[in-house]
Amino acid sequence: MPYEVLRGSVFRYGDSVDTDVIIPARYCTSFHAAELAPHCLEDLDPTFVKRVSAGDIIVAGYNFGCGSSRENAPIAIKGAGVACVIARSFARIFYRNSINIGLPILSAPEAVDGLNEGDIVEVEPGTGAIRNITRGGVWTADAFPAEIQSIIRAGGLVEYVQKRLASR
Amino acid sequence: MTLAEKILARHAGLASVKAGQIVMAKVDLAFGTDVTTALSVEVFHRMGAEKVFDTHKLALVNDHFVPAKDVQAAALSKAMREFAQEQGITNYFEVGRSGICHSLLPDKGLVFPGDLIVGADSHTCTYGALGAFATGIGSTDLACAWALGELWFRVPESIKVVVEGRFGPNVGAKDLILKLINILTVDGALYQALEFTGSSIRNMSMDGRITVCNMAIEAGAKTGLIAPDETTWDFIRGVNPARLISNPASLDLDSDPDAVYSQVVHIDLDSLTPLVAEPYLPSNVRPIKEVTGIKVDQVVIGSCTNGRLEDFQVAAAIMQDRPVHPGVRLLLIPATPQILIALIESGLAARFVKAGATLSPPTCGPCIGGHMGVLAKGEVGLFTTNRNFRGRNGHPESKVYLSGPQVAAATAVKGVIADPNEI
Repeated sequence: MPYEVLRGSVFRYGDSVDTDVIIPARYCTSFHAAELAPHCLEDLDPTFVKRVSAGDIIVAGYNFGCGSSRENAPIAIKGAGVACVIARSFARIFYRNSINIGLPILSAPEAVDGLNEGDIVEVEPGTGAIRNITRGGVWTADAFPAEIQSIIRAGGLVEYVQKRLASR
Repeated sequence: MTLAEKILARHAGLASVKAGQIVMAKVDLAFGTDVTTALSVEVFHRMGAEKVFDTHKLALVNDHFVPAKDVQAAALSKAMREFAQEQGITNYFEVGRSGICHSLLPDKGLVFPGDLIVGADSHTCTYGALGAFATGIGSTDLACAWALGELWFRVPESIKVVVEGRFGPNVGAKDLILKLINILTVDGALYQALEFTGSSIRNMSMDGRITVCNMAIEAGAKTGLIAPDETTWDFIRGVNPARLISNPASLDLDSDPDAVYSQVVHIDLDSLTPLVAEPYLPSNVRPIKEVTGIKVDQVVIGSCTNGRLEDFQVAAAIMQDRPVHPGVRLLLIPATPQILIALIESGLAARFVKAGATLSPPTCGPCIGGHMGVLAKGEVGLFTTNRNFRGRNGHPESKVYLSGPQVAAATAVKGVIADPNEI
């Protein structure tokens, strides 16, 4: 992920937000962001899509993205304009999928304690820095392992594989 | 090393690995389904890849939205079919010869103890029942595996689950795994492997082991694993005798005595009763006594968790000649054509249908809320499936209780959630 600064409003949810509520299977006959995004989180928070603006940030509890392996879930979140997800922890397939498609995700339990619905937050995905602009507070997210950073630096898994194939 | 560490080390070409380490490892099987493959195909081409790493090491399975539930679903299957033809994929499974991947692939002999398997489906952890390290991935990861034949893995810590004792009447493998998920909660095994051991696992059938390993993901686990034993090799003998080896012990597929575990959990089957998971989490587990009497609109017996022959035999034994309650729809979804044939040839299919049940072709169907029995607003289901998240199986205001086939059969007869030992 580039060393840019993301800035947006917090949309706060609880633990174990599963991929079925992120994007129900009834919409998973498509994998295109434009078709998925209008239904993002509709079974959990029907108002989310109406309220979210480009650049906003989802903050959630433990085990975000649990359940199905559907990549449609991070695609829907990214397509809805969400710039980043901060959670106490991520389910492992969602974690991989997000890195692979270039949706910034940060695991930062203390930051989750300090971010309320509607707060303006600044995030530097490159360094893991998280700042609550509304009420103060600065945190650093858990660092990605070096191997994962190399995928992120390549621009995502597609670019990583392109480079590997080109070097053959 | 643990069994999980051993399998990953071998596939990474390393003498040893440790939990937490990240390795690039070669995969033995990389499969997708009709709901995940079309995206993988698009990504595969975007990666600039032209040929898959090995046409025999892919499997493409029509199971989620088949027979095609609508025009879009038909297009997903069509994209997968065309890719299979273009690449010359040998293990492409067409409707009629296809079933739910996690039941089909073991039965087709495509899972072997010690294999490293990835699949674009979260319940890929099921194949640990045969001693393979198998884990779910997304469509982009799958495309990477097709292009390179390898993928990155974080070597997981292992939780040892020691199961002793004997199942009481009408208690089974589903109750065991629901109990474990209740203990661990839905993220208690996050990023970790669950290794099942103990005399009760040794005595468990392959169908039971499949149920247990299938739901490892519901505790957040990367995989569930059972070291291969005589039951495993008997199963392999039946499905892929060509791959049998004369000295299975030489594969060294057991955790070492000094293997390191993050946690050890003991479960005593003697004290286990039939269990039910209440909406909306598979960890919301209650003893059957606490939930009996709840009116149910639909019962589903099927899915990659409980759609094997043994599950239908258990249900038939409980129903006997009793009809399905007038207020209930009972849907039976055998996981594979072979299981469907066994139901027909044994006469069970006719018995079920005469009792008022309906028989679906092999599909994930209502388990993923796709088709073949989704729930309306306000309806209540009792399913032998694996997840009861909000909206998973139909309308977001429907509710699903999860159980084994024993409680499901009793409930279908009574019209309310019922204890199979009291009907």
